Amino acid sequence: MHIPDGFLDPKTWGTLTGVSAGFTGYALYAAKSKLNEKVIPLLGITAAFIFAAQMLNFPVAGGTSGHFLGAILAMALLGAWPGFLVMVVVLLVQCLFFADGGLTALGANVFNMAVIGGLMSYYLLVLSKGALGRGLSERTSLLTCTAVFSWISVVLASIACSFELSISGTVPLGTVLPAMVGVHAIIGVGEAIITTVVIAVVLQSRPDLVDAYSRSPEPGKRLAREVA
Amino acid sequence: MADDVNNVSGKKTTGLWIFFGVAMLVAILLAVFISPWASSSPDGLEKVAEDKGFMEAAEDTEPTWTHSPIPDYGDAVGTKAAVGLSGFIGVLVTAAVAMGVALLALGIGYMSKRRATEPDSS
Repeated sequence: MHIPDGFLDPKTWGTLTGVSAGFTGYALYAAKSKLNEKVIPLLGITAAFIFAAQMLNFPVAGGTSGHFLGAILAMALLGAWPGFLVMVVVLLVQCLFFADGGLTALGANVFNMAVIGGLMSYYLLVLSKGALGRGLSERTSLLTCTAVFSWISVVLASIACSFELSISGTVPLGTVLPAMVGVHAIIGVGEAIITTVVIAVVLQSRPDLVDAYSRSPEPGKRLAREVA
Repeated sequence: MADDVNNVSGKKTTGLWIFFGVAMLVAILLAVFISPWASSSPDGLEKVAEDKGFMEAAEDTEPTWTHSPIPDYGDAVGTKAAVGLSGFIGVLVTAAVAMGVALLALGIGYMSKRRATEPDSS
Protein backbone atom coordinates (compact mmCIF):
# COMPACT_ATOMS: atom_id res chain seq x y z
CA MET A 1 0.00 0.00 0.00
CA HIS A 2 2.99 2.28 -0.48
CA ILE A 3 1.69 5.39 -2.24
CA PRO A 4 4.03 6.60 -5.04
CA ASP A 5 4.67 10.22 -6.02
CA GLY A 6 1.83 11.64 -8.11
CA PHE A 7 -1.19 10.04 -6.43
CA LEU A 8 -1.64 12.79 -3.83
CA ASP A 9 -1.98 16.53 -4.33
CA PRO A 10 0.29 18.95 -2.44
CA LYS A 11 -2.29 19.96 0.17
CA THR A 12 -2.86 16.32 1.08
CA TRP A 13 0.72 15.12 1.16
CA GLY A 14 1.88 18.37 2.74
CA THR A 15 -0.64 18.09 5.57
CA LEU A 16 0.15 14.42 6.17
CA THR A 17 3.90 15.06 6.09
CA GLY A 18 3.39 17.58 8.88
CA VAL A 19 1.12 15.28 10.88
CA SER A 20 3.50 12.32 10.55
CA ALA A 21 6.52 14.47 11.42
CA GLY A 22 4.68 15.54 14.56
CA PHE A 23 3.91 11.94 15.53
CA THR A 24 7.52 10.94 14.85
CA GLY A 25 8.87 13.78 16.98
CA TYR A 26 6.56 12.85 19.82
CA ALA A 27 7.47 9.16 19.43
CA LEU A 28 11.18 9.97 19.80
CA TYR A 29 10.30 11.62 23.11
CA ALA A 30 7.65 9.14 24.29
CA ALA A 31 9.54 5.93 23.46
CA LYS A 32 11.95 6.44 26.35
CA SER A 33 9.73 4.77 28.96
CA LYS A 34 10.14 1.49 27.08
CA LEU A 35 13.76 1.89 26.03
CA ASN A 36 17.12 1.18 27.53
CA GLU A 37 20.42 -0.05 26.14
CA LYS A 38 19.22 -3.64 26.22
CA VAL A 39 16.04 -3.15 24.16
CA ILE A 40 17.90 -1.49 21.30
CA PRO A 41 18.92 -4.75 19.58
CA LEU A 42 15.27 -5.85 19.77
CA LEU A 43 14.22 -2.68 17.89
CA GLY A 44 16.81 -3.34 15.20
CA ILE A 45 15.81 -6.98 14.81
CA THR A 46 12.09 -6.20 14.72
CA ALA A 47 12.66 -3.56 12.03
CA ALA A 48 14.85 -5.97 10.03
CA PHE A 49 12.27 -8.74 10.30
CA ILE A 50 9.43 -6.45 9.17
CA PHE A 51 11.53 -5.18 6.26
CA ALA A 52 12.26 -8.76 5.18
CA ALA A 53 8.66 -9.91 5.61
CA GLN A 54 7.40 -6.93 3.59
CA MET A 55 9.46 -8.17 0.62
CA LEU A 56 7.49 -11.40 0.54
CA ASN A 57 4.52 -10.59 -1.70
CA PHE A 58 2.00 -13.40 -1.62
CA PRO A 59 -0.58 -13.83 -4.40
CA VAL A 60 -4.19 -12.94 -3.66
CA ALA A 61 -7.20 -13.15 -5.97
CA GLY A 62 -7.14 -11.84 -9.51
CA GLY A 63 -3.49 -11.17 -10.41
CA THR A 64 -2.89 -9.13 -7.27
CA SER A 65 -0.34 -9.58 -4.53
CA GLY A 66 -0.24 -8.49 -0.96
CA HIS A 67 2.49 -8.26 1.61
CA PHE A 68 2.94 -8.04 5.33
CA LEU A 69 2.59 -4.65 7.05
CA GLY A 70 3.85 -5.39 10.54
CA ALA A 71 2.67 -2.39 12.54
CA ILE A 72 0.68 -4.46 15.04
CA LEU A 73 3.59 -6.89 15.36
CA ALA A 74 6.05 -4.07 16.10
CA MET A 75 3.77 -2.43 18.65
CA ALA A 76 2.74 -5.66 20.39
CA LEU A 77 6.42 -6.58 20.81
CA LEU A 78 7.90 -3.18 21.66
CA GLY A 79 5.05 -0.99 22.87
CA ALA A 80 3.19 1.63 20.84
CA TRP A 81 5.82 4.37 20.45
CA PRO A 82 8.95 2.26 19.89
CA GLY A 83 6.86 0.17 17.48
CA PHE A 84 5.82 3.35 15.70
CA LEU A 85 9.48 4.36 15.32
CA VAL A 86 10.28 0.94 13.85
CA MET A 87 7.57 1.42 11.22
CA VAL A 88 8.87 4.89 10.36
CA VAL A 89 12.37 3.45 9.89
CA VAL A 90 11.11 0.63 7.64
CA LEU A 91 9.12 3.06 5.47
CA LEU A 92 12.02 5.53 5.35
CA VAL A 93 14.54 2.90 4.26
CA GLN A 94 12.11 1.52 1.66
CA CYS A 95 11.54 5.01 0.27
CA LEU A 96 15.13 6.29 0.24
CA PHE A 97 17.03 3.06 -0.54
CA PHE A 98 14.59 1.10 -2.66
CA ALA A 99 12.33 3.76 -4.22
CA ASP A 100 9.33 1.96 -2.69
CA GLY A 101 6.77 4.67 -1.91
CA GLY A 102 7.27 8.26 -3.05
CA LEU A 103 9.17 10.79 -0.99
CA THR A 104 6.26 13.26 -1.16
CA ALA A 105 3.96 10.43 -0.06
CA LEU A 106 6.20 9.28 2.82
CA GLY A 107 4.18 11.26 5.36
CA ALA A 108 0.95 9.79 4.01
CA ASN A 109 2.41 6.29 4.07
CA VAL A 110 3.55 6.76 7.67
CA PHE A 111 0.10 8.12 8.51
CA ASN A 112 -1.74 5.19 6.90
CA MET A 113 0.50 2.34 8.00
CA ALA A 114 1.91 3.57 11.33
CA VAL A 115 -0.71 5.98 12.70
CA ILE A 116 -4.05 4.57 11.45
CA GLY A 117 -2.94 0.99 10.79
CA GLY A 118 -0.51 1.25 13.72
CA LEU A 119 -1.21 3.40 16.77
CA MET A 120 -4.99 3.59 16.32
CA SER A 121 -5.37 -0.12 15.59
CA TYR A 122 -2.99 -1.04 18.42
CA TYR A 123 -4.88 1.04 20.99
CA LEU A 124 -8.10 -0.64 19.84
CA LEU A 125 -6.32 -3.97 20.38
CA VAL A 126 -5.25 -2.99 23.90
CA LEU A 127 -8.77 -1.80 24.80
CA SER A 128 -10.37 -4.95 23.41
CA LYS A 129 -7.88 -7.18 25.14
CA GLY A 130 -8.74 -5.51 28.44
CA ALA A 131 -12.44 -6.07 27.83
CA LEU A 132 -11.92 -9.64 26.68
CA GLY A 133 -9.31 -10.47 29.28
CA ARG A 134 -11.72 -11.18 32.11
CA GLY A 135 -13.06 -14.38 30.60
CA LEU A 136 -10.01 -15.76 28.83
CA SER A 137 -6.41 -16.48 29.68
CA GLU A 138 -3.95 -13.67 29.01
CA ARG A 139 -2.34 -15.64 26.20
CA THR A 140 -5.63 -16.50 24.48
CA SER A 141 -7.02 -12.96 24.67
CA LEU A 142 -3.75 -11.47 23.37
CA LEU A 143 -3.54 -13.88 20.44
CA THR A 144 -7.23 -13.43 19.59
CA CYS A 145 -6.98 -9.64 19.65
CA THR A 146 -3.71 -9.81 17.67
CA ALA A 147 -5.42 -11.77 14.90
CA VAL A 148 -8.48 -9.52 14.78
CA PHE A 149 -6.69 -6.19 14.98
CA SER A 150 -3.90 -7.01 12.57
CA TRP A 151 -6.65 -7.67 10.02
CA ILE A 152 -8.39 -4.43 11.05
CA SER A 153 -5.09 -2.53 10.83
CA VAL A 154 -4.64 -3.38 7.14
CA VAL A 155 -8.28 -2.57 6.31
CA LEU A 156 -8.18 0.75 8.21
CA ALA A 157 -4.94 1.70 6.44
CA SER A 158 -6.56 0.98 3.07
CA ILE A 159 -9.57 3.13 4.05
CA ALA A 160 -7.29 6.02 5.01
CA CYS A 161 -5.41 5.61 1.73
CA SER A 162 -8.71 5.70 -0.22
CA PHE A 163 -9.78 8.93 1.47
CA GLU A 164 -6.42 10.56 0.67
CA LEU A 165 -6.68 9.55 -2.98
CA SER A 166 -10.19 10.99 -3.26
CA ILE A 167 -9.38 14.20 -1.35
CA SER A 168 -6.48 14.65 -3.78
CA GLY A 169 -8.95 14.40 -6.68
CA THR A 170 -7.12 11.37 -8.08
CA VAL A 171 -10.14 9.05 -8.04
CA PRO A 172 -13.70 9.33 -6.64
CA LEU A 173 -14.18 7.82 -3.18
CA GLY A 174 -17.09 5.66 -4.33
CA THR A 175 -14.79 4.07 -6.91
CA VAL A 176 -11.64 3.57 -4.89
CA LEU A 177 -12.98 2.72 -1.42
CA PRO A 178 -14.80 -0.56 -2.23
CA ALA A 179 -11.91 -1.72 -4.42
CA MET A 180 -9.23 -0.92 -1.81
CA VAL A 181 -11.18 -2.39 1.12
CA GLY A 182 -12.11 -5.47 -0.92
CA VAL A 183 -8.54 -6.43 -1.80
CA HIS A 184 -7.09 -5.45 1.58
CA ALA A 185 -9.72 -7.48 3.42
CA ILE A 186 -8.05 -10.49 1.77
CA ILE A 187 -4.48 -9.24 2.31
CA GLY A 188 -5.41 -8.62 5.95
CA VAL A 189 -5.96 -12.34 6.47
CA GLY A 190 -2.29 -12.90 5.62
CA GLU A 191 -1.38 -10.11 8.01
CA ALA A 192 -3.41 -11.72 10.80
CA ILE A 193 -1.84 -15.15 10.25
CA ILE A 194 1.76 -13.88 10.15
CA THR A 195 1.37 -11.52 13.13
CA THR A 196 -0.39 -14.10 15.29
CA VAL A 197 2.09 -16.87 14.49
CA VAL A 198 5.11 -14.63 15.24
CA ILE A 199 3.60 -13.38 18.51
CA ALA A 200 2.74 -16.97 19.50
CA VAL A 201 6.31 -18.10 18.79
CA VAL A 202 7.80 -15.23 20.81
CA LEU A 203 5.32 -15.87 23.67
CA GLN A 204 6.47 -19.47 23.68
CA SER A 205 10.20 -18.75 23.72
CA ARG A 206 10.52 -15.29 25.35
CA PRO A 207 7.19 -14.02 26.77
CA ASP A 208 9.08 -11.14 28.42
CA LEU A 209 9.80 -9.69 24.97
CA VAL A 210 6.11 -9.18 24.18
CA ASP A 211 5.21 -5.77 25.57
CA ALA A 212 1.47 -6.36 25.08
CA TYR A 213 1.65 -9.46 27.29
CA SER A 214 0.68 -7.73 30.49
CA ARG A 215 1.88 -10.34 32.94
CA SER A 216 5.44 -9.59 31.96
CA PRO A 217 7.00 -6.43 33.37
CA GLU A 218 8.36 -3.90 30.93
CA PRO A 219 10.93 -5.59 28.71
CA GLY A 220 13.51 -2.95 29.57
CA LYS A 221 13.46 -3.74 33.25
CA ARG A 222 13.47 -7.47 32.67
CA LEU A 223 16.32 -7.31 30.21
CA ALA A 224 18.36 -5.04 32.43
CA ARG A 225 18.10 -7.57 35.21
CA GLU A 226 19.05 -10.42 32.95
CA VAL A 227 22.05 -8.96 31.18
CA ALA A 228 23.42 -7.22 34.27
CA MET B 1 22.96 -14.91 31.03
CA ALA B 2 20.83 -16.03 33.93
CA ASP B 3 17.57 -17.17 32.43
CA ASP B 4 16.17 -18.37 35.71
CA VAL B 5 16.42 -14.88 37.23
CA ASN B 6 13.61 -13.49 35.13
CA ASN B 7 11.60 -16.58 34.59
CA VAL B 8 8.24 -15.73 36.10
CA SER B 9 6.28 -18.70 34.86
CA GLY B 10 8.91 -21.23 35.85
CA LYS B 11 9.19 -22.36 32.23
CA LYS B 12 12.55 -22.60 30.54
CA THR B 13 13.03 -19.64 28.23
CA THR B 14 15.41 -19.14 25.34
CA GLY B 15 18.59 -17.23 26.09
CA LEU B 16 18.32 -13.59 25.09
CA TRP B 17 21.21 -13.45 22.63
CA ILE B 18 20.25 -16.81 21.18
CA PHE B 19 16.76 -15.41 20.59
CA PHE B 20 18.19 -12.26 18.98
CA GLY B 21 20.53 -14.31 16.80
CA VAL B 22 17.86 -16.70 15.60
CA ALA B 23 15.41 -13.84 14.88
CA MET B 24 18.02 -11.95 12.87
CA LEU B 25 18.95 -15.12 11.01
CA VAL B 26 15.28 -15.72 10.12
CA ALA B 27 15.00 -12.14 8.79
CA ILE B 28 18.13 -12.57 6.66
CA LEU B 29 17.03 -15.97 5.33
CA LEU B 30 13.60 -14.59 4.37
CA ALA B 31 15.10 -11.57 2.63
CA VAL B 32 17.86 -13.46 0.81
CA PHE B 33 16.38 -16.84 -0.06
CA ILE B 34 12.59 -16.39 -0.08
CA SER B 35 12.06 -12.84 -1.38
CA PRO B 36 13.43 -13.59 -4.91
CA TRP B 37 10.47 -15.97 -5.30
CA ALA B 38 7.86 -13.53 -3.98
CA SER B 39 4.87 -12.72 -6.20
CA SER B 40 5.64 -10.00 -8.73
CA SER B 41 1.96 -9.22 -9.33
CA PRO B 42 0.91 -5.62 -8.59
CA ASP B 43 0.07 -5.05 -4.92
CA GLY B 44 -3.39 -4.04 -3.70
CA LEU B 45 -2.99 -0.32 -4.34
CA GLU B 46 -1.24 -0.78 -7.71
CA LYS B 47 -3.93 -3.19 -8.89
CA VAL B 48 -6.70 -0.77 -7.87
CA ALA B 49 -4.84 2.05 -9.62
CA GLU B 50 -4.61 -0.01 -12.82
CA ASP B 51 -8.25 -1.14 -12.69
CA LYS B 52 -9.65 2.29 -11.85
CA GLY B 53 -7.44 4.10 -14.32
CA PHE B 54 -5.32 6.36 -12.13
CA MET B 55 -1.98 4.59 -12.50
CA GLU B 56 -0.91 7.30 -15.01
CA ALA B 57 -1.00 9.83 -12.18
CA ALA B 58 2.14 8.13 -10.84
CA GLU B 59 3.64 7.14 -14.19
CA ASP B 60 3.43 10.72 -15.47
CA THR B 61 5.09 12.11 -12.35
CA GLU B 62 8.84 12.48 -12.02
CA PRO B 63 9.97 10.84 -8.78
CA THR B 64 10.99 13.47 -6.22
CA TRP B 65 13.81 11.28 -4.90
CA THR B 66 16.05 9.80 -7.58
CA HIS B 67 19.05 8.71 -5.52
CA SER B 68 17.82 5.34 -4.33
CA PRO B 69 20.85 3.05 -4.62
CA ILE B 70 18.70 -0.04 -5.26
CA PRO B 71 15.39 0.95 -6.88
CA ASP B 72 12.67 -1.72 -6.71
CA TYR B 73 14.79 -4.16 -4.72
CA GLY B 74 17.10 -5.06 -7.59
CA ASP B 75 14.24 -5.90 -9.94
CA ALA B 76 15.90 -3.91 -12.75
CA VAL B 77 18.86 -6.32 -12.74
CA GLY B 78 16.34 -9.10 -13.18
CA THR B 79 18.18 -11.92 -11.42
CA LYS B 80 17.12 -13.70 -8.28
CA ALA B 81 20.59 -13.13 -6.86
CA ALA B 82 20.17 -9.36 -7.24
CA VAL B 83 16.89 -9.41 -5.32
CA GLY B 84 18.39 -11.62 -2.63
CA LEU B 85 21.43 -9.38 -2.27
CA SER B 86 19.29 -6.25 -2.08
CA GLY B 87 17.21 -7.98 0.59
CA PHE B 88 20.36 -8.73 2.57
CA ILE B 89 21.52 -5.12 2.32
CA GLY B 90 18.04 -3.89 3.22
CA VAL B 91 17.85 -6.03 6.35
CA LEU B 92 21.22 -4.78 7.60
CA VAL B 93 20.49 -1.12 6.76
CA THR B 94 17.04 -1.28 8.38
CA ALA B 95 18.43 -2.86 11.55
CA ALA B 96 21.23 -0.29 11.75
CA VAL B 97 18.94 2.71 11.18
CA ALA B 98 16.38 1.39 13.70
CA MET B 99 19.08 0.99 16.35
CA GLY B 100 20.36 4.48 15.55
CA VAL B 101 16.87 5.92 15.98
CA ALA B 102 16.47 3.95 19.22
CA LEU B 103 19.76 5.41 20.51
CA LEU B 104 18.54 8.88 19.54
CA ALA B 105 15.28 8.31 21.47
CA LEU B 106 17.29 6.99 24.39
CA GLY B 107 19.49 10.10 24.32
CA ILE B 108 16.44 12.37 24.23
CA GLY B 109 15.10 10.39 27.18
CA TYR B 110 18.29 10.90 29.21
CA MET B 111 18.36 14.61 28.40
CA SER B 112 14.75 15.20 29.43
CA LYS B 113 15.27 13.14 32.57
CA ARG B 114 18.36 15.15 33.53
CA ARG B 115 16.50 18.40 32.91
CA ALA B 116 13.67 17.16 35.11
CA THR B 117 15.93 16.14 37.99
CA GLU B 118 18.26 19.17 37.88
CA PRO B 119 15.91 22.10 37.44
CA ASP B 120 18.42 24.72 38.69
CA SER B 121 21.35 23.69 36.49
CA SER B 122 20.57 26.28 33.79
